[in-house]
Amino acid sequence: MNTMARVPIIRVGRNLLVSVQLDLHDRSALQLQDDLAKEIEDTPTDGVVIDVSSLDVVDSFIARVLGNIAIVARLLGTRTIISGIRPAVAMTLVQLGITLEGVETALDFDRAIQKLGLQSWDGEAGVSGASDDE
Amino acid sequence: MPKQVAELNAALSASNEIIDAWLAQMRVVNVRRRDMVNDSELRVQMKNFIAALAEAVSKCDELILDESDTWRDVRGQLREIARQRTRLGFKPGENAMFIFSLKAPLTVRLTADADRANANLAEAINGIVVLLDSLGLYITDMHLEERESIIERQQKELLELSTPVLEIWDGILALPLVGTLDSQRAEKMTEQLLTSIADSRAETAIIDITGVPAVDTATAQHLLQTIAAARLMGAEVIISGIRPSIAQTMVGLGLELPNVVSRASLAGALRYAFKNKGLRIRREQS
Repeated sequence: MNTMARVPIIRVGRNLLVSVQLDLHDRSALQLQDDLAKEIEDTPTDGVVIDVSSLDVVDSFIARVLGNIAIVARLLGTRTIISGIRPAVAMTLVQLGITLEGVETALDFDRAIQKLGLQSWDGEAGVSGASDDE
Repeated sequence: MPKQVAELNAALSASNEIIDAWLAQMRVVNVRRRDMVNDSELRVQMKNFIAALAEAVSKCDELILDESDTWRDVRGQLREIARQRTRLGFKPGENAMFIFSLKAPLTVRLTADADRANANLAEAINGIVVLLDSLGLYITDMHLEERESIIERQQKELLELSTPVLEIWDGILALPLVGTLDSQRAEKMTEQLLTSIADSRAETAIIDITGVPAVDTATAQHLLQTIAAARLMGAEVIISGIRPSIAQTMVGLGLELPNVVSRASLAGALRYAFKNKGLRIRREQS
């Protein structure tokens, strides 16, 4: 029986929203990395928001995987925003030297989707400049 | 069980006389200090101490203070006496003399008992001297421990006083730093700043270092780490209050703080923050 929960990835138009819940196990984190890369590859994606406000604390492994997820997405040409990093998590990342270069951050989910220019939830992408739905 | 115990216990049992003699001896060596501790309080302390000492002496392996259970009560009393006297302002030497003053009463009592050969007497007196020396040294140690705990407590309080985070505008925090930024304070500062960012949902923080006398490599490192952590949370940090002398020192040390916005004054930093938020201040035309 597969008891490992996959972190759900929600598509909203040309953007992906990921909300990481509590108890992010090592395998779930790696699975998320794969799933996200695949999702970005399968369907044109302009932006990804990964919200980690439920994570009170991270260990070095999870911290690195999160960093990698963000960089992979960026390398695949997707604007990535990580939102809701809590104080303790921020300090862990800094102490581990994980700077998330080129990855934007936002205080919370709300501000993250504002940064992507998403203003409505009717499934239409409000990203300025993106005119074709190819 | 040591030979002198019986005699010592006999001496200690006459506690009232011992106490009187003890007080008298303290006056002789000028450690009585009636202005700091009154007679009745002192007598109670002495009575309790003598009782604890008698108990320990009757059970001990050797007539000298050690860490064993036998002497626990005595140690506890010495600790309490030291603590109280330290707070009153007694010097460690005065505390030691307080204990040493008990030697005279005890040795006098022993010599008063005429049924004794000289050799035994010398041994008995030596036993008392060694024992009381160990007690006097212990109380001095306790005095020092008490001092150190006071210092530790004050340091903690200083740490608490040092870094308030102020919300000077909607979404703009200000953190005025005063004094040198060592690792401990830097950690506390970072913790407070990040928590404030989370609590007030502020996206801008201004760290003002006008009150920081010098910025060395370690300080710069701490600031950079704080800025990096705040960035990860989605907030921007502006450093303000860099004096010309500090700026020159930093350049000399090769600390240029790349990718960090800085301004000479808090006002300048605020102006920058407003611009970023698209806010403009306009004078009202009357």
